[in-house]
Amino acid sequence: MKRIFILSIVCAVAICLVAVSVPAQTKKEAFKYEDKIGVVKIKKGDPIHIAAWMVVAGPDASLGTDTKRGVELAIEDKGGKILGFAVKLSVQDTGCNAEGGMAAATKLAADPTIVAAIGSNCSSEARPGAPILWKAGIATVSPSNTAPFLTDPKRGPEYDGYLRTAHNDKVQGAVAAEYAIKQLKLKKAATIHDGSPYAEQLQAVFAENFKKLGGTITSQEAVAPTDTDMRPVLTKIATGKPDIIYYPIFIAAGGHVTRQVKEVRGLEKVKLMSADGTFSSDFIKAAGDTAVGMYHSSPDFSAFGAGYKTFLEKHQKKYGEKPIAPFHAHGYDAAMIVLAAIEKVGKTAPDGALHIGRQQLRDALYATKNFKGLTGNLTCGETGDCADPMIAVYQITADNVKKLAIPDKPIWSPAVAAPPAKPAPAKEAPKKK
Amino acid sequence: MLKRWIERITPTDVVMWFIGGAILLMIFWGSTATLTAKTYTVHHWFDFIIFGLAQGSIYALIAMGYTMVYGILRMINFAHSEVFMCGPYTAYYVAAAFYSSGFLDQYPIISLIMIFLVSMATSTLVAILLERIAYRPLRTAPRLIPLITAIGASFFLQYTIRGLYGSGFQAYPVVNILEGEWAFGGFRILKFQAVVILAAAILMAALYSFVQRTRLGKAIRAVSEDKETSSLMGIDIDKMIVTTFVIGGMSAGAAGVLYALMFKQVHFFMGFIPGIKAFTAAVLGGIGNIPGAMLGGIFLGLVESVGPSLFLDGLGIVAPYQLKDAIAFTMLVLVLIFRPTGILGERLAVKKA
Repeated sequence: MKRIFILSIVCAVAICLVAVSVPAQTKKEAFKYEDKIGVVKIKKGDPIHIAAWMVVAGPDASLGTDTKRGVELAIEDKGGKILGFAVKLSVQDTGCNAEGGMAAATKLAADPTIVAAIGSNCSSEARPGAPILWKAGIATVSPSNTAPFLTDPKRGPEYDGYLRTAHNDKVQGAVAAEYAIKQLKLKKAATIHDGSPYAEQLQAVFAENFKKLGGTITSQEAVAPTDTDMRPVLTKIATGKPDIIYYPIFIAAGGHVTRQVKEVRGLEKVKLMSADGTFSSDFIKAAGDTAVGMYHSSPDFSAFGAGYKTFLEKHQKKYGEKPIAPFHAHGYDAAMIVLAAIEKVGKTAPDGALHIGRQQLRDALYATKNFKGLTGNLTCGETGDCADPMIAVYQITADNVKKLAIPDKPIWSPAVAAPPAKPAPAKEAPKKK
Repeated sequence: MLKRWIERITPTDVVMWFIGGAILLMIFWGSTATLTAKTYTVHHWFDFIIFGLAQGSIYALIAMGYTMVYGILRMINFAHSEVFMCGPYTAYYVAAAFYSSGFLDQYPIISLIMIFLVSMATSTLVAILLERIAYRPLRTAPRLIPLITAIGASFFLQYTIRGLYGSGFQAYPVVNILEGEWAFGGFRILKFQAVVILAAAILMAALYSFVQRTRLGKAIRAVSEDKETSSLMGIDIDKMIVTTFVIGGMSAGAAGVLYALMFKQVHFFMGFIPGIKAFTAAVLGGIGNIPGAMLGGIFLGLVESVGPSLFLDGLGIVAPYQLKDAIAFTMLVLVLIFRPTGILGERLAVKKA
């Protein structure tokens, strides 16, 4: 008797389930949304999950914090929601090394709610990380990776989901070399890299252009990112008697080089130049007074679009300080093109759930054309280079060191210097300051 | 005699000697090539040696802690690198306060002494707590267990400091009296490097004579020889072990301030690399042996500074300083091939091993 009772209950439940699911199924057939590699379904009331994988801890934390703030301000400017769904941002630390990038990417890849990613900061993180994300169908837009390899035509299909709003270092290295030769009138240069893809490729581009413009490279040295005693390697560099040392490395090691260079025999008068990886307030803290007078190549703030001024005001209001590194605007733009692409491909089903196709999202990102961003007009090329690269040279002053703030006006940019014969157009004149 | 010796050698020995010989040949070849190329002057070599000595004496001070704890407990105290990190990081806040109030510029010597005291006190305290909480309850456990505990304690300390002081780094203030250089007849030495070398030498001499000449030092040596017998002789073993940790903590705290004065950056992960290097130095010198640790540290510092230029530059290898660590560890291999117990290490008694 009891057995029959249980059986009948089971039957009743089963019938109920079928009754409920049949109409649901028929409804779904009416709404068709397919994607080659998968669809993210977001139920009504759930947020659209975007992940940032950036370096927010350790010596290079200022780079990631800066881009993270750009992303946050972009989401805020969109009112915190798109297509009627709230946007949720989660952050993974990447540590500015390959292992950290791999760990962060693996963690993101395991989370099926993530629609798209923004990151990474250091090129060494993206190299192993971007393929892991794309294997999970997550497209990622980097605000600050600059190593040429990442958007090289030979990079391989595993990087198909990777784009960047940062410049390619082929541009940055050339600008730095041009400045050293043509403006500073220097003939001999030495370079230091730290084995990371960013530093190694950037110094190679610099060296190549420097030689092309008639200079000589006295030596190309390397250190480890964790090295602290740079005096021996600097002594070796001193034997070549260079006029300038170009060291596009990161904050900790860059700080050590800057502090120790004047202590080495024969390098008392050498000029120093670094790049966007150390162009941050933390680097100024690390190098202290020894940073005064050194040069940095970095994105040209003065060439940024009209919205940049209001962005700075919002930044000041929200975080109580000026931007601390050069890639905040690139972070803002990366978030904006991601959000725009989601708006383009997202479809709401009759039951209120949002459907986003992963391949379609990636294609929409790659189709970005003439997007008016803070950093200029973004058009994504076939290999994922979206930037409108404008690089300038900055010089750190004693006042910058006192306030621990990066200079906000460049001392030279190729855009201004390009028409030397004709008088510069009136509109561009104030930039020269 | 010779016959017995020939009977004793195994094929492994021959292979090892072959590797050792190859390394020696490379070193000899590279050095001759570099020296005949004459890229570097005598002044350069002098600079390389001073840089190496300064770095090496810091390694030596940290290595003391490793080697003494090994001598008495037969365990590798992997958390020692965190003992090294806690001191200068805490003292940073004292230094920053002195700097912003102008006290550092007015009374640099008193400030430096205070900074040293704070750093040494912090490191010592951490070392004592480490011994009491993490190691003493496990003293009778099998050997592998305190080793794993040490690694765990190392992570615990690292991330506690990260939670307390933040994940970024702090820049040590510049002490004006230590800036600049002393020159004598074309040679020159940076002031703070001279101070680092001198301070390290004094500390090591003091510690060594403490262990060799005082009653307490004698007791420590007795405990490290044989715990049971010394306890029968009325030596309080717990007290001796704590004393060892105190000495290790003090020298690590002092090394930490010297490190911070030399490199001016402190962060929660700063102990890792110097810790590994100092451990290598202790093994190189013969672990358990105090003069060995000093010698090993200085040897390692010198090899790191002089080695890449001397051994590799002449061979035309580009960017030799990238291989600094590789050279340091090759030296370790070389020493261990010919002297498996380290430079000054003696063969351990069966009971101790």
